Amino acid sequence: MNDRAEHIHKAFDEELRQLDNRLAEMGGLVEAQLAGAVEALRRGNTELAEQIVARDKEIDALDIEIDLFSVRLVALRQPVAADLRTIFAAIRISSDLERIGDMAKNIARRTHAVSRFPPLATTASIASMARVVQTMIKQVLDAWTARDTEAAADVFARDTEVDQHYASLFRELLTYMMEDPRNIGPCTHLLFVAKNLERVGDHTTNIAEQIDYAVLGTRSAERETHDPTNSLVPEAEGG
Amino acid sequence: MDMTPGDLVTKLTARGVNVFYDDAHALKQVDLDIRAHEVTALIGPSGCGKSTFLRCLNRMNDLIEICRVEGDIRLDGEDIYDPAVDLVYLRARIGMVFQKPNPFPKSIYDNVAYGPKIHGLARSRGDMDEIVASSLERAGLWEEVKDRLEAPATGLSGGQQQRLCIARAIAVRPEVILMDEPCSSLDPIATARIEALIDELKQNFTIVVVTHSMQQAARVSQRTAFFHLGDLVEVGDTDTVFTKPVDPRTEAYISGRIG
Repeated sequence: MNDRAEHIHKAFDEELRQLDNRLAEMGGLVEAQLAGAVEALRRGNTELAEQIVARDKEIDALDIEIDLFSVRLVALRQPVAADLRTIFAAIRISSDLERIGDMAKNIARRTHAVSRFPPLATTASIASMARVVQTMIKQVLDAWTARDTEAAADVFARDTEVDQHYASLFRELLTYMMEDPRNIGPCTHLLFVAKNLERVGDHTTNIAEQIDYAVLGTRSAERETHDPTNSLVPEAEGG
Repeated sequence: MDMTPGDLVTKLTARGVNVFYDDAHALKQVDLDIRAHEVTALIGPSGCGKSTFLRCLNRMNDLIEICRVEGDIRLDGEDIYDPAVDLVYLRARIGMVFQKPNPFPKSIYDNVAYGPKIHGLARSRGDMDEIVASSLERAGLWEEVKDRLEAPATGLSGGQQQRLCIARAIAVRPEVILMDEPCSSLDPIATARIEALIDELKQNFTIVVVTHSMQQAARVSQRTAFFHLGDLVEVGDTDTVFTKPVDPRTEAYISGRIG
């Protein structure tokens, strides 16, 4: 956890540890869900996809549990300073993890539709974007456990990489669609997948911000979540 | 969010205050400004010097023979330790409310009228009636006692007695009210009433309150000063002290850690 002195009420230390353990458990589950969703999509494994969708309930249940547990800690322990900030950060992290879980579920849900089409080379690009995002999640969860603000800062840097992946995927998919209208179906699904992964990157940076808040008490203003594809217009053929 | 963007006038200034009880160095080189029309809470573990500091502010320590106070304390720029200072007058300007309610064994009316009488604040019975009524009103006690002003004060409940002591303190129109753990012998409801009262009183008075209850400091004060082993460790806006204290000793104390 961290190197602060123990509380006189040892039970409170135990409760804060429990909160960390629950978050770690939730984080591990979210990592596995996202990895599974991308795997299902790549291999067209609809059975795995269904499992992923079903397991999202576990993440939702953990989110509620962390929420209620945190409210209880605030009510009964009346935490202040770093303890208070940690508990609020935990609530927010939990809700970001829950959203990442939803993104994984959404990706898994598209497996069925995408698997009915012949495979596209784009799935490899999706997989490499997913790898960056998965690394970010792992990094941010480790940073939280260690309360390491420097490691959290690295996560921000990686999000730029994710945005670049997303922009290039966007272009790639547009090209496929323009080449052959039969690609429009699978490409639209894959575009949503790419967008989901881009959102996962944003939630991960939210978590990184909470590490700063818990440790230093600073909150940076909402970072610009610039979507480079907002203004991207496919060039008309021959134009 | 800043609650009082207006004028932050300093009412009391303490500079280089040291207090010794015989050889024991109870307060070390304390610099602290108390702002007008704010509630300043002094917190810290037992023996940290917070009550000693409070008692320096109206020279209550003069009563303790072994106690020696060094340094400079000013009220509106005037040195309160100047030998020419009239102690009775000083304590009328800087009133005090103690830990345990200590009404005189007199009627409710006489408790409040006592101070104004010795300070000659009322010219007639009518004047006095008005001072008593308005003081009891400001202390939030009027409605409960207006029909039994001649009843003995000792017959009131603990919470009522403490509000009576506050009425007694404000009857002499002080500028500053010092409170030494004013709620420590009261139940939560009586405590909440006193806390609400403190919040109202700050419009007309400057308040310094010593409390062992961190939650109370958080609820009633705008500024919090943390004392530890005779040092003033940290002073700041209460919301900052309780969400983002600067000194690790403050952090440890307010979050109940073994420092």
